Amino acid sequence: MTDSGLVVARWTPTSVTFTVAGVGLLLALSFLPTVASPATLDRMTTLFIYVILAATWNALAGYGGLVSIGQQAFFGLGAYVTIRLSNAGVNVYTAVVVAPLIVALFSLPLSLPMLRLKTSEFAVGMWVVAELIHLLVNLDPLIQGETGISLIALNAYTVDQRNALTFWIALAAVAAVLAILFVLLRSATGAGLQAIRDNEEAANSVGVRVVTVKRIVFVFAAAGAAIAGSLWLATAISFQPKTYFSAQWTSYMIFMVLVGGLGTFEGAIIGAVIFYAIEAAFGSMGVWYMIGLGAVALLFSLFLPSGLYGIFGARTGVQLLPVGYWLRDTKSEPAVGQGKAAEA
Amino acid sequence: MLGTVESGEGRLPGPQIGAAHTEGIVLSAEGIVKRFGALTVLDNVAFALSRGEAVGVVGPNGAGKTTLLSVLMGALEPTAGSVHYLGQNVTRLPAAERCRVGIARTHQVPKSFSGMTVFENALVAAQHGGGHRASEAYDRVVETLRLTGMLRVANRRAETLGLLDRKRLELARAVATDPKVLLLDEIGGGLTDGEAGELVSTIKVLRERGIALVWIEHIVHVLVQVTERLVCLDSGKIVADGKPRDVMKHPDVVRAYLGSAVG
Repeated sequence: MTDSGLVVARWTPTSVTFTVAGVGLLLALSFLPTVASPATLDRMTTLFIYVILAATWNALAGYGGLVSIGQQAFFGLGAYVTIRLSNAGVNVYTAVVVAPLIVALFSLPLSLPMLRLKTSEFAVGMWVVAELIHLLVNLDPLIQGETGISLIALNAYTVDQRNALTFWIALAAVAAVLAILFVLLRSATGAGLQAIRDNEEAANSVGVRVVTVKRIVFVFAAAGAAIAGSLWLATAISFQPKTYFSAQWTSYMIFMVLVGGLGTFEGAIIGAVIFYAIEAAFGSMGVWYMIGLGAVALLFSLFLPSGLYGIFGARTGVQLLPVGYWLRDTKSEPAVGQGKAAEA
Repeated sequence: MLGTVESGEGRLPGPQIGAAHTEGIVLSAEGIVKRFGALTVLDNVAFALSRGEAVGVVGPNGAGKTTLLSVLMGALEPTAGSVHYLGQNVTRLPAAERCRVGIARTHQVPKSFSGMTVFENALVAAQHGGGHRASEAYDRVVETLRLTGMLRVANRRAETLGLLDRKRLELARAVATDPKVLLLDEIGGGLTDGEAGELVSTIKVLRERGIALVWIEHIVHVLVQVTERLVCLDSGKIVADGKPRDVMKHPDVVRAYLGSAVG
């Protein structure tokens, strides 16, 4: 067989530029605490938390087909374990970072029964799990039921220190979540995950170890929701179970991913930024704000199911952070990207 | 070997699979029973496939052909009986693991990964089922897409394909897993003569590579171009097993097809 000039491309010049710019932006942001006001840092931390929530729910639902409406279980646990660790004498910021890892470990055995459930059973099952965990946390005497407790260990730090530390952890977390997810989705596991989403039986037939692949994304999404919860606690200071275990967190995730573009890596990030902007503009409107969010989500799922980025991508063909594969014929057009030559 | 036509009265080819014969056998099923509630879909089916052999499976709708394929693949666990692959008991081995050791299938109703491109569909198969990594997997996919005539639509999302291309994609995906045994479920249904001819030449290439085939198909004249043996299933039992010419003349087969012209 001769060289047919076919190459597999995974990058385009646009996506390389965008990715380098994105990494540069994250690095530049790490210097923000030296120049920005505490209020700005606090707002940026909130934005990062939203990006983490959107990206991890999108990984679960958009790429894995695992639509969970109980991710608040892990969000709440992230905060709760942080309180517990801090109460046990662990440094409060160490607790914020370690708590999500503990929650990830906890999600591993939980995945055994949950991943036996399919589609809507899984969705509702996760909600039930979240309610159960909420009730169990309420039984902890330290939490005092719905009275809650504050992360008093934060008092050892000044407001400026707190804002900067929380900001840095949030920045590192968002960078880590996006980087891990990007690498995961571009790997063989990521392709297997999308295959499961599209047809589980066929994925089995072509050798994808369905439960193992699902478990990887389930634990990843749990860890992501948990660090969002522990970071939220670090900014809000007080822990009330009903606030943290509220289904509202998952509805925010769904909103961000639907608006940005379900199953697109970039869409989740864009959705988070849009949600943040909407909240900043209309968040003070109370009930009408929630009704507006619901209406927008409904309109998107009815009329723009591929979301803003989905439309943008389909119209322009531009890929910013591509996770797929593109077969190019170098004999008819110049090679783009350095995928390995596919000889045939 | 395994070439005699059995009568329909419970005389099954099972006993033929003696120790003397197992050496050349790549995949076998013994005493397979599959029930869904009160319904018995497979009733004590025995079947053996030799290395590199191509067997056609015929039979009326509802005979249990697809169920047999699913049991061989591991998508369904039999109610009773066992499946052996290369001398190993694989009865409890899940489909994904069977694929990894060398059994692949196509689905009667195409089950494409609709949100992924044709290339990515085949890539998943080459990476997971075939165990190929990086450029090795790419090469395998390009070669498979070329063989199955799918290279021209490599970058198309599977959901945009017509039925014919989705059937080709089923075949491409199965071949990309590097199977030793390929189970085809009505891959040629609804093809024109020209298209069927293409399919036959593709499958002949696969046979030349030593891949053993079990091919369910209604269009017998296409089937006999590739297979040297036919098995006829009716109401969950094998009613005939042997040379295509003999099988198609067998009284039980004729009765199963209600006297329609076959062969």
